Amino acid sequence: MIWNETKECMSRDEMTALQSKRLVKLVDYVYHNVEFYRKKMQAVDLMPGDIKGIEDITKLPFTTKDDLRDNYPFGLFAVPNSEIVRIHASSGTTGKATVVGYTRKDLDIWSECVARCLSMANVGKDDIIQIAYGYGLFTGGLGAHSGAEKIGATVVPMSTGNSKKLTTMMVDFGATAIACTPSYLLHISEVLAAEGLLDKIKLRAAICGAEPWTEKMRHEIETRLNITAHDIYGLSEIMGPGVACDCQYHRGLHVCEDHFYPEILDTATLTPVGEGVTGELAFTTLTKEGIPLIRYRTKDLTSIDRSVCECGRSSARISRFKGRVDDMLIIRGVNVFPSQIEAALVDVEEVTPHYMMIVDRVNNLDTLEVQVELDQRYYTDEVRAIEALTKKITHVIQQALGLSAKVKIVEPQSLKRSEGKAVHVVDNRKLY
Amino acid sequence: MFAKQLTVFIENRTGRLSEVLSVLKDNGVNIISMSLADTTEFGLLRLIVDNATKGKEKLSENGFSSLLSDVSIIKIPHKVGALSQLLKVIDENGINIEYMYGLSVATEKAYVVLKASDTALVDEILTEQRIETLSCEDLARL
Repeated sequence: MIWNETKECMSRDEMTALQSKRLVKLVDYVYHNVEFYRKKMQAVDLMPGDIKGIEDITKLPFTTKDDLRDNYPFGLFAVPNSEIVRIHASSGTTGKATVVGYTRKDLDIWSECVARCLSMANVGKDDIIQIAYGYGLFTGGLGAHSGAEKIGATVVPMSTGNSKKLTTMMVDFGATAIACTPSYLLHISEVLAAEGLLDKIKLRAAICGAEPWTEKMRHEIETRLNITAHDIYGLSEIMGPGVACDCQYHRGLHVCEDHFYPEILDTATLTPVGEGVTGELAFTTLTKEGIPLIRYRTKDLTSIDRSVCECGRSSARISRFKGRVDDMLIIRGVNVFPSQIEAALVDVEEVTPHYMMIVDRVNNLDTLEVQVELDQRYYTDEVRAIEALTKKITHVIQQALGLSAKVKIVEPQSLKRSEGKAVHVVDNRKLY
Repeated sequence: MFAKQLTVFIENRTGRLSEVLSVLKDNGVNIISMSLADTTEFGLLRLIVDNATKGKEKLSENGFSSLLSDVSIIKIPHKVGALSQLLKVIDENGINIEYMYGLSVATEKAYVVLKASDTALVDEILTEQRIETLSCEDLARL
């Protein structure tokens, strides 16, 4: 099922022409409405008129997550707040969140993109879909929700945190589709199995995203639940879920490239690489009004394929992700930077700034253990003092990450000191 | 009179306790009594040794942090009700006991090691009640 044949199946030439037209308009728009971009362009003597087509995109400056942080909260918005109808936020590299704003038109385009993705999973108006992403500042819940409403499906806004209720309703409502993180769906499959409900469900499709997963994991989900599982990709800076998704052939994720122009950059030189070559993915939001971003570096590593897919779509496909350029981790769908832990621990004087994060997956759910060293000056002979400290740090980390971690106090001087780049993370999950 | 207790924070890892103990052994530090407060994640090894300062120093040289803290080592008669009698005195003064353990020395008297919420007050009360306690020097002679 193809939601928007005109856009998803247009010829390469038509697509290039459309992207060119939209880029020219976008550059003029940001130059006049976003001081940040105007200054960046002026710094390299670039005028909007210099950008005549998509081939000129390499003349434009990059945008990074740090730029969003430096202009926190609304500095990169191109419209006044009277035009913004929704705010979302994700975690930044340090304490400050990355904030994005959407105009009404942005929300329409977002739901259009999600509608295309759901159609790739063959989900339509006859389906009952449970949205089991978190609703709130995180884009997952509301993003998937609006797309599911757009295709006319019966939407059940489950949100996260109650597996029992989810499985009960999955059976009682006869839910045919679900949108959630892949690790959560694996967990759900175990809950269903444990309750003897596997043969009572009517589920046939899952749209999973918000964290990296492997083909092996996809097959496992499909086999356990006897469904088809699709990989949906997105990031709040660009839009949220719906930037790309894989069709029934699972040969890469179709990018909604009439709205988000993808580039793959050489990680050392930041110049575009050819098709099939792995590099850092960057997006330019061709139609976004609220917070348009030019050449936003996602830090995700992938490659691109522009050949027409067997499904009939001609939209470019990005391969399954091959890793990250930076040290960001995605734990239970939450973006986590080790620097956030570091910043949080600075305020706890009883421990040293040394820490280690141990990430694992137990019963298909991500776990995070944070090991911190007791500071010699706060050495104690009382168990409860250490237990109180553990509780305090757990709270501080919960506040900083929005994620619960298991805190383990370790002996002073026991964490490995590294010469050169410090290693703060041991990730025992095999995600790439 | 106070005595010094040597406390070592150890993670619950195989062999960790014996590593601490072998440092003490290798340096001739005699353990008179010990108590291990354990949780699932870590343990606090509390030691009464013949020379706590030396113990701390040697542990430090071998990469173990430790802490010296004041505890009361109280001599009580080896008879029914003696400990209960002692605790009554402490309770009456509104003092909380943080932890307590026995000190095993084969004599006609028994000893308990006690750490209270207010160590100075405990010491004052014990002196007033003429209850005998051990000092660091006493420990060295044991």
